[in-house]
Amino acid sequence: MSLFKVFDVAGSAMHAQSVRLNVTASNLANAGSVHGDPAKVYRARQPVFTAFGEALDREQGIAGVRVRGIVESGQPLTMLHQPDHPDADENGNVWQSNVNTVEEMVNMISASRSYRNSVELMNTAKELLLQTLALGR
Amino acid sequence: MKLQPFAPHVEALELRALRHRVLSSNIANADTPHYKARDIDFASALSAARSESLGLARTSARHLAGSGAGSAAGGAVRYRVPTQPSLDGNTVETDVEQAAFADNAIRYRASLEFLDAAIRKLRYAIKGGD
Repeated sequence: MSLFKVFDVAGSAMHAQSVRLNVTASNLANAGSVHGDPAKVYRARQPVFTAFGEALDREQGIAGVRVRGIVESGQPLTMLHQPDHPDADENGNVWQSNVNTVEEMVNMISASRSYRNSVELMNTAKELLLQTLALGR
Repeated sequence: MKLQPFAPHVEALELRALRHRVLSSNIANADTPHYKARDIDFASALSAARSESLGLARTSARHLAGSGAGSAAGGAVRYRVPTQPSLDGNTVETDVEQAAFADNAIRYRASLEFLDAAIRKLRYAIKGGD
């Protein structure tokens, strides 16, 4: 039955959004972390989504979602002068991660909304399939 | 007279299921960059499916037979024209898609009801009003 593909599509979207939620959690957890070496500071990460239709039905317009990769943000790091910090370099400076907390909160809300939308897609498809099965009873 | 008790509803149900899948992938790809929202033109897809399901006249065994409603519907998928496209090239507008999705689910249920009524009617006729 053709409605079963909705489960694949919605499932792939739920997986992608849960990856996004995990990355957001990691960003928020590392929001204030500092390091004496700018190369080793935590940088904000973002997943990159892409539609994939090869495994599903390209000519009928059906496409799922896949996480193509995770990119690190290129935003500048903040330099803090903290001479008594154990990780401070010879000038007494440490570098703080470039996580933008407000942006991450917005990402979190957007991801959870999209996840809920996908759950709703699955529920509706399930209900319609069950009604179709009950046809003629 | 040839009886077609399930006449337009079978094709309609199949097309509703196709549209359900198309709208589902729109909502699933609401955050995918460069994804273009799609929809099907239901009226033309249904008339194409119906004319095709009547069958093609074949004067030779090697002529192609007409196929079912699904293949005719595949060509009816079109890109949606967005009112507010976003900067990342995505044209999914979640509220528009959700409205279309709810509409489509109700119409799917309506087609099911029509089919169910047709089945009940046939059963009634077979059993002789019992």
